[in-house]
Amino acid sequence: MKYETVSTEEVVVWEKVAEVSEFPINGGLAFYYKGLQVAVFNFSRRGEWYATQNLCPHKKQMILSRGMIGSENGVPKVACPFHKKTFSLETGQNLNGSECGLATYPVRIEEGAVWVGFKE
Amino acid sequence: MKIVVIGNGMVSYKFCEKLVKKAGRLSAEVVVFGDESIPAYDRVHLSEYFEEQSAERLLMSPASWYEEQGISLRTGEMVTAIDRENQCVHTHKGHTESYDTLILATGSSAFVPKIEGMEKRGVFVYRKIEDLDQIISFGKNIRRAAVLGGGLLGLEAAKALLDMNLETQVIEFADRLMPRQLDVEGATLLKDKITDLGIEVLLSKNTQKIDGNGKLDQLHFTDGSSLQTDMLVISCGITPRIELAAGAGLETGRRGGFVVNEKMQTNDPKIYAIGEAASFNEMVYGLVAPGYEMADIVVDQLLGDETAVFDGADMSTKLKLIGVDVGSFGDAVGETPDCIPISFTDRIKGTYKRINISSDGKTLLGGILVGDADDYNMLHQFYKNGVALPPDPEDLILGARDGGSSSLGSIASLPVTSQICSCENVTKGQIEDAVKVDGIESVAEVVKCTKAGTGCGACKAMVADIVNDTMSSMGKVVRKVLCEHFDYTRQELFDLVKVTGIQTYDEFLDQYGSGDGCEVCKPALASIFASVYNDLITKQDTIQDTNDRFLANIQKGGSYSVVPRIPGGEITPDKLIVIGQVAKDYELYTKITGGQRIDLFGARIEDLPDIWERLINAGFESGHAYGKSLRTVKSCVGSTWCRYGLHDSVSFAISVENRYKGLRAPHKLKGAVSGCRRECAEAQGKDFGIIATEIGWNLYVGGNGGANPVHAKLLAGDIDEATVISYLDRFLMFYIKTAEPLNRTSVWLSKLDGGMDYLKSVIVEDSLGIGDQLEAEMQQLIDVYKCEWTEVVNNPELRKKFTHFSNRLVGDPNMKFDQMRGQKVPANWG
Repeated sequence: MKYETVSTEEVVVWEKVAEVSEFPINGGLAFYYKGLQVAVFNFSRRGEWYATQNLCPHKKQMILSRGMIGSENGVPKVACPFHKKTFSLETGQNLNGSECGLATYPVRIEEGAVWVGFKE
Repeated sequence: MKIVVIGNGMVSYKFCEKLVKKAGRLSAEVVVFGDESIPAYDRVHLSEYFEEQSAERLLMSPASWYEEQGISLRTGEMVTAIDRENQCVHTHKGHTESYDTLILATGSSAFVPKIEGMEKRGVFVYRKIEDLDQIISFGKNIRRAAVLGGGLLGLEAAKALLDMNLETQVIEFADRLMPRQLDVEGATLLKDKITDLGIEVLLSKNTQKIDGNGKLDQLHFTDGSSLQTDMLVISCGITPRIELAAGAGLETGRRGGFVVNEKMQTNDPKIYAIGEAASFNEMVYGLVAPGYEMADIVVDQLLGDETAVFDGADMSTKLKLIGVDVGSFGDAVGETPDCIPISFTDRIKGTYKRINISSDGKTLLGGILVGDADDYNMLHQFYKNGVALPPDPEDLILGARDGGSSSLGSIASLPVTSQICSCENVTKGQIEDAVKVDGIESVAEVVKCTKAGTGCGACKAMVADIVNDTMSSMGKVVRKVLCEHFDYTRQELFDLVKVTGIQTYDEFLDQYGSGDGCEVCKPALASIFASVYNDLITKQDTIQDTNDRFLANIQKGGSYSVVPRIPGGEITPDKLIVIGQVAKDYELYTKITGGQRIDLFGARIEDLPDIWERLINAGFESGHAYGKSLRTVKSCVGSTWCRYGLHDSVSFAISVENRYKGLRAPHKLKGAVSGCRRECAEAQGKDFGIIATEIGWNLYVGGNGGANPVHAKLLAGDIDEATVISYLDRFLMFYIKTAEPLNRTSVWLSKLDGGMDYLKSVIVEDSLGIGDQLEAEMQQLIDVYKCEWTEVVNNPELRKKFTHFSNRLVGDPNMKFDQMRGQKVPANWG
């Protein structure tokens, strides 16, 4: 499988990531699914959840789940720990320029657990 | 409209890029032909190909970029003829492509002088990736190599040959290196530096014949001398590629190149020529910047802007050549009649500066910088904009010598038309307008909107100065506020934390900030909390930078390095064995650090707690190598062993390091103690340095190594140990409370009003009456110190945070390692 943005309507499989309680406050966890690494973020301050590819598009490192989250003009974002490039958590867009962005995935909270949606 | 581009080099790429950018979505059909098999690559950085043979790294953009933009790129296909009557081109594959507009970006090929024996094996040109592949492959089985041509490219090629472990010579026809850019004095200095590296330079050599039986083995010069060598790399300049001109009836210049007018049109208005293939006013521009400008002009013309015209380009250049800074601008060697040269050579530092002044002393005509090109940007501005010179023009290269600041003056004196960013052609006026008209108030946003500083980056500091100056001139106070979430400086935030007693980031953000925070304010406040309370940083792990969050230093590949504290650099054999055993058990790469300790690299995140458990059981503590905090206090051998030592520097270093271990600050802190003035611990290159004297110690502060080395300055002399500690407490606490984030002590000190004299009055004379308070605050931090790793190892909840995946017990399967000299190293990254 490739890293490709999945919209909620396209979801075929909802995969359980972990219990909500296992997540750090305002932080992320990585998650393995069919050869992909997905970073899932608990944005506690906004009461929101986001999922993106874990792979940084700049240096191809499996790292974004360890990135710091925050906002820029209200847009929720994650900063890559290696070179501090930032990406929108909503659209995956690279906020520092026009270079590659991230694939994003829908997240659902059910029965105290965190679920991420995939097309297959 | 259909546009056909012949050639796919840097300028051709730039044309496509600008076209896409300016036209938005392309309505035109664009076809690009390139006769090399790969898409356009960066020829300016060609020598990097020797280090790592990856053509991909040099690509301007991958082939997929063209596809995404809807441009049809046809590499490996050469255009053989232009049929102007039918407006089409023919390729060697027998294809025909019609055009409405034709762009000739055919570039140039290496100029090869006519010398007998040029056809022998072992003779190469230096131009394309294919050439480099051949040079690399041929160079594997030989010992010696020579470069014909001592210009820019020739010297780059020589360095690459030297790096291939070949005995390397450079042969230059003129009496000096880089004859177009440098005079004899500057070129001699450059030659000395290059010779020091191990490259032999032969000047005034006219090569007559290349000798050898099939393969070359000797060069003969007209002066009767000769040179034995196994390979010859030709780098004698370029010849514009104009093979298509004759058949198509296009005019060419005397030095080659398609003749173009100011719109870059050839004698057929439907056909444009750009880059090295164009001849404008009998000039062929062999630099990339003028080529980019031509590309831009043609794009504007095609989009209907007839005012965009080319009127020649500046051949000024600044570069780092084989580790030597070289700058050359305008009339560099002083060819203007009656011009007045002023030059200055410093053979000790290895620098040469020359400026040429007009005979009336009013304008700067050009100049040369070798060894130190820091003044290039400003001098170049003086030259390009005809700025009036100061009354003593020599100050431009010597600096004002009456103790004042540099006479280059402030950026405010430059006219609005001055080009600040030459890569993207952005003027001072455009940067000012971004602030004045568009209302942008941050340097980052101005860069994003104007593109200034996004090329080579050399002008970034100037861009920042212009933005700040413009804002000041509009009456806007340039406050160094942290980021969009806090309208306070770091010092104000520090005081707010102290006064309110707030201990968590979220609570502080609710009361004094807005939004959700970011990667700038989170770690800055984390550092302030640590400096005020010295509480365990693991309690608020997600506001820490990744190194502080996982208490280890992240490295390429996503593994971490582990550095146990070795105070003063003193370690027992038993402890050394433990480090070695842990490294073997966890397959860690080991290296001695500059701070006299041992770094263990390549630890997987999930192994960190186990590794530290072993180290802590053997008596080690965290070394805080991951934090903006005290790193090491380095020591020399000291009086216990050393026959010159005055005092026991090792014992003192150990006690100072143990006193301040774990202390968090706006940036990292390093110290050292030397036992005599021979200064083996290099204490004057540290944030604080202590050096033994006959009767006590000298205390120096504000030094550092790194990108801009600074010598520490004497704060107090001949004082006893207790006084050293008391002054150090005050100095460090004062710095921690008042510095901006990520400012080392040297930077902080340089910005401190009153400088060193003021610092002495505060620390030594206690002029503010805060000495006791600073000492008490420091003592409180020292009293609550705990080893962070001991806390984690003993706390199962904290240990659980050291994991890569939520749903798999195994670590990151994408982490890959190679081997080097018997140890593991991370696989190279994208």
